[in-house]
Amino acid sequence: MSTKRKIRIVVAKPGLDSHDRGAKVIARAFRDAGMEVIYTGLWQTPEQIVETALQEDVDVVALSILSGAHMTLFPKITKLMKQKGLNDILVLGGGVIPDEDIPALKKIGIAEVFGPDTPTSTIIKFIKKHTQKT
Amino acid sequence: MNQIKQLVEGVLKGNHRSIAKTITLIENNPTEAQKAVSKLYPHTGKAHIIGITGPTGSGKSTLIEKLVKELRRKRKRVGIIAVDPSSPFTGGAFLGDRIRMQKLSTDKEVFIRSMATRNSPGGLARATKDAVKVLDASGKDIVIVETVGAGQSEVDIIKIAHTVVVVLAPGLGDDIQAIKAGMMEIGDIFVVNKADRENADEAVIDIETMLNMSSEKEKWRPPVIKTTATKDEGTTELLNHINQHMKYLKKEGFDTQRRQKAETELVEAIKQKTTDSIIDELRRKGELEKLIEKILAKETDPYSAADTLLEERLKRFKTRQ
Repeated sequence: MSTKRKIRIVVAKPGLDSHDRGAKVIARAFRDAGMEVIYTGLWQTPEQIVETALQEDVDVVALSILSGAHMTLFPKITKLMKQKGLNDILVLGGGVIPDEDIPALKKIGIAEVFGPDTPTSTIIKFIKKHTQKT
Repeated sequence: MNQIKQLVEGVLKGNHRSIAKTITLIENNPTEAQKAVSKLYPHTGKAHIIGITGPTGSGKSTLIEKLVKELRRKRKRVGIIAVDPSSPFTGGAFLGDRIRMQKLSTDKEVFIRSMATRNSPGGLARATKDAVKVLDASGKDIVIVETVGAGQSEVDIIKIAHTVVVVLAPGLGDDIQAIKAGMMEIGDIFVVNKADRENADEAVIDIETMLNMSSEKEKWRPPVIKTTATKDEGTTELLNHINQHMKYLKKEGFDTQRRQKAETELVEAIKQKTTDSIIDELRRKGELEKLIEKILAKETDPYSAADTLLEERLKRFKTRQ
């Protein structure tokens, strides 16, 4: 019987943003890389995303956003996660996020931000590298 | 061990983080998790376990969301395990049942867990059964298990659930024929969901006819009801039938069902532990590898090889008897 740890990951669309093509492509790529992908669907509040991460006991939260509200929503999410003690979860951002916002996002606990041109293999490599604890 | 103790204490208090961590342990490390499950076992047996099964796309997740809303109005605490298939090629899985249930996710008395089958057959994951025990012990009044989109052989849900609800949709037509072998025999309640579509009444008649043909005359005749989950129609009626089935079980066959479930579980545990220990030993001694070589060289075949291997062990067992 295998006792190998599977990478579990939530792919979430926070806020009022109806564009989920990218999120679905990413989710599919994660699945094909052998991960267990929990997809939340659209229009998620920070509370919903954090509670999902907690109940599903994930290793990674991948946030996809194209609405421009990342500077409001991402901090809310990372703050809530800290409050709930979810300190060991890798949080990633993706979508349309201007370069000048990235340093601020990294400061609040977003491990990395991946823009629209990023090959999915780059993201998968990053996740595998950063979830190899224990 | 300390970690196990902490997890168990957390689960018994109904702490969602502890529940989540315990389920992960069950999925990843069954041997270690067994310590936690054994400690939780005495606290189980209070929840009503409801299985929701049926073909892909019949609306199981949406129906569960409405059912849980109704249960929450009655102040019931609810746990949900939603099972989806793993890819046999990559081992990855896309778990999408939460999409329909996200409105429930911030309710503190509702716990939802998506679970990949990890290539376990039968429509459930290997970890599902113990995850149900965790939720039961944590104080949930109702535990709902959603199987993978099921056909004829995904019937393991009867080993876990008190009440099995089979969800179908009109327009599946011949599918009702196709599923009759497995599904028709396991349903305690049949639901024709998407009843606002054409041919819903025909689907009900099809199922009724099938049920009437059943040769076994049991005391519980499964009801067939229509729901339209997207409009929240028929949910109350479904819940009434679920409660009635529990009442019936308590009156008629609860002890028999419990005894059967305990027996099945014990026999399966023995089987698993014996085969695991034999195979581990053979692997350690290199006997397994030697036989594989012989099979590849066509000097023997897998069944004869198994006979040779087991002969001595079974002899030992028989003389002890």
